[in-house]
Amino acid sequence: MTEPAALLTAAIGGDRRALSRLITVLENTDDRLPTILADLLTAGRGAHLVGVTGPPGGGKSTLIETLTAEWRSAGRAVGVLAVDPSSPLTGGAILGDRIRMMSHSADTDVFIRSMASRGVLGGLAATTWLAAAALDAAGFDPIVIETVGAGQSEVEVAALADTTVVVEVPERGDEVQAIKAGLLEVADLVVVNKGDRPGADRAARQLRALLSPAGGRIRRAAPPVLVTSALERTGITELVVAVDRHRAVADQPERVLKRAEGRILRLVADEARARARANPEWATEAQAVAASETDPLSAARRLLGLPS
Amino acid sequence: MTDSGRRTPIRVLLAKPGLDGHDRGAKVLARGLRDEGFEVIYTGLRQTPEMVASAAAQEDVDVIGLSILSGAHMTLVPRIVELVREAGMNDVLISVGGIIPDADVARLKAVGVAEIFGPGTSIGEVARYFREHARPGD
Repeated sequence: MTEPAALLTAAIGGDRRALSRLITVLENTDDRLPTILADLLTAGRGAHLVGVTGPPGGGKSTLIETLTAEWRSAGRAVGVLAVDPSSPLTGGAILGDRIRMMSHSADTDVFIRSMASRGVLGGLAATTWLAAAALDAAGFDPIVIETVGAGQSEVEVAALADTTVVVEVPERGDEVQAIKAGLLEVADLVVVNKGDRPGADRAARQLRALLSPAGGRIRRAAPPVLVTSALERTGITELVVAVDRHRAVADQPERVLKRAEGRILRLVADEARARARANPEWATEAQAVAASETDPLSAARRLLGLPS
Repeated sequence: MTDSGRRTPIRVLLAKPGLDGHDRGAKVLARGLRDEGFEVIYTGLRQTPEMVASAAAQEDVDVIGLSILSGAHMTLVPRIVELVREAGMNDVLISVGGIIPDADVARLKAVGVAEIFGPGTSIGEVARYFREHARPGD
């Protein structure tokens, strides 16, 4: 096997095959840090990371295909990381986002990579940030990260992406759905996709009203709400303009700091989980909790070597 | 390449090159392989050889499974094998499923197809074959 360092050098030099193999190496590092991490991050060119999230079937993949076409016509090389869930039972996965993006398959300046979440909750794989770093080093900008379509709790994409786009559909449910905590709170841009369907404008109006600041402790500005139809290619140019324009907001120091915190916390959680599982007492502790001989919190602290 | 004794899932690209009208069988296989622990990248119907090769390269798959019912396998498959090898994917296992006349099986194997799965092959057999033959360097 070619060394990761050689793959990185080749990928930076424009070798797409090396880039692809580099992502495999990064994806398979499990709980160890890749040896080339420092070089990989130094090679970053500051690409705009755009997260696209929202419920399954909302048209995220199709929307990304049309956005990609728009960015391509502006001469930008586009990277796409499409995450789909792994089976918690078998570890297998069906990665089916690419099927919506086949119109770009002959274009070497569009690099699409499907990733299985591999047992991680929250809509991203543990190594998605490394794959994004590889695409950045290879000169792709923007890099679009499509999360699994989990819905309400997958807010961690906001920690990774500079700009988070939440894709909704006209039939999104009643107004209480929109004021529940979670996904919409992390949106930098909200898109009502499938705008060709009845009710899209009304859904957009409702969302705008519900997302406007209600006072209180959150001082974040309300995210713009846009209506698109990936099918009819309407609203796409406006969305690209809004995403590109959001870059300036994303680069504000307090936003950068917030993302940094989120990224660290994510890795802390991954690391803790790996350590607990690797502890030889893992099975014993699990059985003790199952038999109600101890509680999960005490077991967790012992497995991490913390004072109980 | 794998570490801590844990094997990472084998990645399979399932594609239907050519002009087949439906992909029921391919979807059943995708689902079955998922249940066997594979990561299956499914690209759908009407793929050109170029699309298949490009997807395989970007996804860095271990296995390419081509499903062909149209009878065009003798034009499509050798071209895909050629493009995949040209892209530097020398280790990738290429298999074909579908209705392939016996006379063509040997010819497909001669151009570099590892195995041909005819009608009636169980998903378990396919999974076992992929597990035993994918990633020769591992």
